Order: sequence, then structure tokens, then C-alpha cells
Amino acid sequence: MAFLTLQGISKRYGDFTAIEQLDLSVERGELLSLLGPSGCGKTTTLQMVAGFVTPTTGRILLDGRDITHERPEKRGIGVVFQSYALFPHMTVAGNVGFGLEMRKVKRKEREARVAEALALVRLNGLGHRYPKELSGGQRQRVAIARAIAMEPELLLLDEPMSNLDAKLREEMHIELRGIQKRLGITTILVTHDQVEAMTMSDRIAVMHRGTIAQLSTPYDAYERPATPFASTFLGRTNAFAGEVLRRNPRCAEVSVAGATLHVPHEGRHVDGAVNVYIRPEKLHLANGDARVRGRIATRVFVGNQWLLEVETHLGKLRVAQPNHGAPPPEEGDEVGLDWTDDDLRVLTQDTAGGAHGHA
Amino acid sequence: MKQNGILGLVYNAFFLSFIIAPLAVVMLVAFTDKGFISMPFEGASLRWFRAIIENGDIVAAFWLSVRLAFAAATIGVLLAVPAALAIARYRFPGRAALTSFFLSPMMIPAVVLGIAFLRFLSLLHLSGSFWSLVCAHVIIVLPYALRLALSSAVGLDRDAERAALSCGASRFTAFRRVVLPMIRTGVAGGWVLSFIQSFDELTMTIFVATPGTTTLPVAMYNQIAQTIDPLVASVSAVLIVGTVLLMVLLDRMVGLDRILIGEAR
Amino acid sequence: MATLDDARPGAAPWLLSGPALLLFIGLLLVPLLLTLMLSFRVFSDTAGVQSAFTLSNYREVVSDPYYGTIFLRTAGLAFAVTLLSIVLGVPETIVLARMKRPWQSLCLLIVLGPLLISVVVRTLGWQILLGNNGVFNNVLQALHITDEPIRLVFTMTGMIIALTHVLVPFMVMSVWANMQKLDSQVEWAGRSLGGSSFAVFRRVVLPQIMPGVLSGSIIVFALSASAFATPALIGGRRLKVVATAAYDEFLGTLNWPLGASIAVLLLIANVAIVMGCSRLAERRFKHIFD
Repeated sequence: MAFLTLQGISKRYGDFTAIEQLDLSVERGELLSLLGPSGCGKTTTLQMVAGFVTPTTGRILLDGRDITHERPEKRGIGVVFQSYALFPHMTVAGNVGFGLEMRKVKRKEREARVAEALALVRLNGLGHRYPKELSGGQRQRVAIARAIAMEPELLLLDEPMSNLDAKLREEMHIELRGIQKRLGITTILVTHDQVEAMTMSDRIAVMHRGTIAQLSTPYDAYERPATPFASTFLGRTNAFAGEVLRRNPRCAEVSVAGATLHVPHEGRHVDGAVNVYIRPEKLHLANGDARVRGRIATRVFVGNQWLLEVETHLGKLRVAQPNHGAPPPEEGDEVGLDWTDDDLRVLTQDTAGGAHGHA
Repeated sequence: MKQNGILGLVYNAFFLSFIIAPLAVVMLVAFTDKGFISMPFEGASLRWFRAIIENGDIVAAFWLSVRLAFAAATIGVLLAVPAALAIARYRFPGRAALTSFFLSPMMIPAVVLGIAFLRFLSLLHLSGSFWSLVCAHVIIVLPYALRLALSSAVGLDRDAERAALSCGASRFTAFRRVVLPMIRTGVAGGWVLSFIQSFDELTMTIFVATPGTTTLPVAMYNQIAQTIDPLVASVSAVLIVGTVLLMVLLDRMVGLDRILIGEAR
Repeated sequence: MATLDDARPGAAPWLLSGPALLLFIGLLLVPLLLTLMLSFRVFSDTAGVQSAFTLSNYREVVSDPYYGTIFLRTAGLAFAVTLLSIVLGVPETIVLARMKRPWQSLCLLIVLGPLLISVVVRTLGWQILLGNNGVFNNVLQALHITDEPIRLVFTMTGMIIALTHVLVPFMVMSVWANMQKLDSQVEWAGRSLGGSSFAVFRRVVLPQIMPGVLSGSIIVFALSASAFATPALIGGRRLKVVATAAYDEFLGTLNWPLGASIAVLLLIANVAIVMGCSRLAERRFKHIFD
């Protein structure tokens, strides 16, 4: 049985529906991300699990226990807030030990566990300092140590890295994931940063307008998106409108701008007006056998790769080419593009309305 | 943040009643038809409001207070705004001391100020002069005007001024067309607040006022100390209503909590 | 005028603040110094202020039990008003902070608004309320809680109540400004760590608003110690405080030197208390806030 279950959760504020019919199961020990743009409801979901917000309908079960209406202080869930929310009038040790104090843990044991937690986040020896004297990265570690010191059953992280600079954020992704795995704590991470979600998670729940658009592993979320939203939110993609001509057991024949493409449908029922997607890294420059020819409109060097925009009769295509050494042709040059049909994806346009260009 | 429980709301109601009670009582008493202050009373009448207009002393005191407050607020703002700009935009030795000096009247008991002015003016034989009173009031109101002008000036976007310069405006034009409009609301709010503070001032003015220069609060104080007729109540009622209107104006202009709590210290 | 070169301000800031500075030196500093000098002069009942100098005024104020009582009464009044302001004002500010707009703005306006109304008006209201025929007594008698009117006017109790009413908005202002700086998520953090609402309030919220309570107390104490109108009208002739005593000497007995010495002592006490407590508070709390 899943460790944490959300059943039929919804949250309405007057006319406004923040969350609609959310069902989610989180396995013991896994790190699951709620990924989505601002306003998609991910933070509201987190707040309901923590007990700061009461669901309008539905139930929340933690390890079999119905905690839907339980007060936050009784749930034993650790929370790391976006602003860290450290107690400014207490030392680092006071902060980290607060949860243990509330559980009436004796001073000696408390001090030992605080030291342990600080060592885990590599802040040994800073127990006597005040939050005001610490850097942003250090404050974040204190917030993490504080949440895990009381050995919670569940850990909730609300965009914990958004206030760190890029380099520090990358390091923390790996470090935090390491801590989580070492302790084996079931964790929910709320974030709008897809790289963060993909780096750290066992599974990703892509959220959009109060519902889960897709729930799968990072690889599947990226390679096999189930909705137009999911495919355009994670990474970049090229999309074209088309019409399904015929369906085979494995692929659908889709007419796109006069040409016929064979797109694997992966068992999905697709018919009528559809969108065909292909990721930029799946397109490559071909000299001889090119399926499509075009002119390079923009060429940008990003370090580990080149990003090209190529004008073709299918529209503007984005191409990502790894940096092998020799640069690709320049702006204005004519090139040919090719791909493998297996890399194409197709989704019915109805699933979220309209053809998209790029994302 | 946690919501207020029923206990909190009940306490709030009690507290607000405590705050409003004396003011409400004064306004009610103003409508009495009796010749003395009593609560409760049976008949209601406007006689005490009419009595205001018929009472020459009160009317004279009212106009004196208005003229005094107007002069004090205007001069106060004219002095405070350049000072605020100086303090907000330059780092110079003595800046902190200067700021404290300008804000010091707030820390000096009004009684002490009254005594000091009285001594000073009597030595110069300037006691009965309207303008001496204005100067005394300028000292009292300048801290308020300064605080508001300072918080406006400190929050100013210097880049807007630099943008104007890069577009070719002279320093003075940039000041006139970019800086001044941006601090306008802070300055106007400072003027209104100064006006109110001068108009209401009692303790210091009691020492400095003379029969020829009696302000409204002083006249009312003298009345209360001697008689108990409801005239003071009706005058108070008018003042309360007037102040409420000014408060709404202030709130619209600058935001009342910003003024009363202030930022720059 | 609008030079943007902060490194070399030159004469500009002094030119800009010049007029105000001159006015202040001439009309604030000089009068205060004159008052100080006045306090050292001799006074005779027949001839008025003499030109000789003496310390007798101070000696009289410090040693005469009449003034001793007055100072004690003033200090007692100030302490009582400060305490009552804390007890009444702090809970109200917390309730205000948890309100939603537009109620919050409205209630804040009602609480802080009276500061803009002259103290004469407010005190008149208390006179009416507290009088023997006043509303308060009438209500008590109607409810048969007492048979005779309770004397509140011209008592210490009445003064404390009225003065608290006048000064509690300052406490609210101070604590409110403090609360604005707090991170509201910190309360949720405390709850998530197992603290009950009460524990979180006691261990997390209260310690953080202490600086505001302290600075509010300093302001209220200083203002109550130097209050004039309310003690004059509600306290009456028999319950003198420092400010009314100074008034008596100056405009009653016309013993200006004595009045001046009272004023000087009041000023010194005020400044000492305000600055001393502010320094203490700053040192105690500087590791917490920026």
C-alpha cells in the first residue's frame, strides 16, 4: 500500500477552484516532485498535506492513518519553506532542536540529535550562531536540518532552492537527494524548475491548472509526454498541426504540411486533428538524405551545444546539436534536416486545445 | 498567518469601543438641549452648534488656529523638503546628528518647549506676536514634515533622475520635472499632517498664547477648566468630523498607516 | 542642485538644510539654553526674577517633599499607563495583524485616528464619561453594581485610564511596525515542528515582537511622564504631576526660575530614559534583526 495517499482532493475558494479531483499515491521512501508553473496548485497541495489548508473534499491518508482534519502539529511532517522561515530570535541549535523540544526530548539527547542533524547538512560547529549571521545557503541547510531532526515520517520541500544562485542550486540538488536517500524519508518536492525535478525525483507529477497532467518517471515524463502541456512544459519541443489519415497497429499516418509522417502512437487513440512533436536534440543536420530542407535563421552557441532555428516549409524548427568541435553552418546557409520516426510523438489536439508553435 | 478566533474578535470590539467611547460621548453631548453637560439627556437640539457661531471668542480662536496652522505647515514643509533631500541624497559628516537635531522636538516634552519659548519671547518682548507663535509651531511640526519627506526621498529611484540627465535635461530641469513630482505625495501628506499637528497643539501653546493670540485648543481648555457648558462639546464635535474628513483625505493621498507609523527615523 | 556625485557633496547639503538649521538653532537651541540659565536665577516674591545666580531652585525641587510627591506620582502614573498600554495594546495589535483587508485598514484607522484629534477633545470625553453623573457611573448604578457614584474624576485611576486612552495608539504603532517585519511562515514552521498554537505563540511570536513592545513602552513612558492636559483636566488641582507643577510656577506663582528648574529636570529625565533604554534595547536585540 502506498505510504501517502491523496484521494479525491479538491480545494475551492468561493468561485475559484485551486485543485480539482486530485488523486496521488506516494510510495515509502520515494522522492516525488510536484512540477508545474505558478498557479498550478502545487503549493496548495503541499499545504493541504502539511495541514495548513483544509481540503474542500477528499481524504489524505498517511501510513493508513486519515490525517485530513488533523492539526499540523500532530502530523509529524517535516516542512522546509521557500523563505526557510527560521526563528530569528533563536540560535541555529535552538532552531534545529525546536521540534525535539516540542516532543519533550531530554536536553542531552536533544543536543546529540541536533549535532547529528547539523553534521548531516555539513554545518558542524555553527550551532551557536543566529540566522542573521548566516549566508543564504547556510540558512537553507539549517531549515533542512530543522525539518529532519525530529525524524519525520514525511518531508515536504516547498521550492527550497529558489533563493539560491545557480551554481549552489546544482550542488544542493545532488546533496539533498543524497541525504534523502541515506535517511530513506518519503519526500514531496514542489518546484517549477524542471531540471530540479528531473535530477532529484523518483517520479514527477506534472501539474497544470489544479490537476495532475502526468505522473511518471523523469525519463517517461520527458520522452513520452501524455498531454500537450506536459510535452511543452518539460524541455523544449517542436510541434506541428496535422491530420490523421490512417492508423496501423504501431503508428499513425499523419499528414503534416503536405508530407506524410509515420508516428508511433504508443497505444493511444489518436484521430482527426493532432499535434506531432519532436525534440530539438532528436533532429540532426543531414547532408545527403534530408527529409526537409531549410535555411538557418538563428544560430546560438551555448557551450555544450549549438541551438539553431531553421526555416522550413513545415515551419520554424528548433535543432539542438552537441558541440563536437566543428561549428555548424552559419546563419543564412541552406541545410537539410533528418530524424528517426521513432522519435516523433503524437497527441490529439483536443487534449488541451490548439496547435502550439514552440515551447 | 493564523486567523482570529472569536476571542480575538471580541477583544477587538472591546478595544475599539474603548477608543471610540470618549469621542462618541462628546458628539452625543453636543446635541443636548440643556445648559449643562449631562448624560443621558432627553431633548436633542442644535442650540449649542448655533452657539458656536454666536461666540466671538471661539470663532476668532478658530480662525487664528487655521491661519496659524496654515502658516506653520507651509513654512515647515518649505524648510523640511530641502533638508530631507540633503539628508537622503548626500553622505556628509554630521548627517546623523543633523537628522536627530531636526527630529528632536518630538523627544522634548511639550511643557519644556512651552517654557523655553515663553522665556525666549518675553526676553525679546515678542510675546503677543502672531509670527512668534508661527515660528514656535514650525519647530513643533517640522519633524513630522521631515519624516514624511525623508521617507519619500529615500525611496526615490535615482535611476529615473539619471535617465532624465542622459536624455539631455539639465540638473535643475531633472529635479523639477522628475524628482519633485515623485516626492509630491509625501510632501503633500507632510503638509496635511503638519497642519493637523499645529491645529491640535495645546500644551506648548498654553504657555505662549496671549489673549490676543489664543488658539482654539487653548480657548477650549480654558473653557473646560472654568465652565461646564456644552459649547466645548459642540466645538469638539465639529473638530472630530473635520478631522475624520482630513483623515480620509490623508489616507487617499499617502496611506494613513504609513504616515502615522513612518519609515525614516 | 541635484548632483549625483555622492563622494564629494561639498556645500550642497548644508545649503539645503541651512534655513531649517538656522531656525532650529535660533528658536530651539537658544531658548533651551536660556531656560537652563533661567533655572539658576534667583526669584523674589516682590521683585521678580533677579540677575543673581543660585542653585537654590534645584535644591528646593530635590529636597522639598512637595515636589518629591509630585515626582513620585508622575513616575507612578507613567509606569501604570505604560503597563496598561502593554496589556491592552499588544493583544489588539496581534489581532489587527491577523485581520484581512479591508477590515484591517479600517480598524487600524480607528485605533490610530484619535492621534489626529486634539487631546482637549479626547480628555473632555473622559471627563464626561468618568464624572459623577457620567455615563460610566450611570451604567454601573443602572446595573445595580454600586449604589453611589464611584469617584473617578480627580483620581489617580481616572487619570490612568484617560491617559492610557490617549497614549495606547503609540504602543499599537510601535508593535505594528515590528510585526510588519516578521515572516509569517515562521508560525507555520513552528506548527509543523509539533508546537501547539499556544506554544508557537509563546516561543515564536512573542519573542519576536519584544523589540516593538519595548520601544513602544519607552515612548509611552516618556509621553506620560511629561503629559499636561490630561492630568490637568482629569487629575485636577490636587493631583499634580511634573508638567502641571511647572505650569503652576510659571503661570500661577510666576516663579519662573523654579518652573524652569522643574522643566530642565523633566527634560534631562526624559532624554536619559529614552536614550538609555533605546541603547539597552538595541544591544539586546541587535543579533536578531537587521
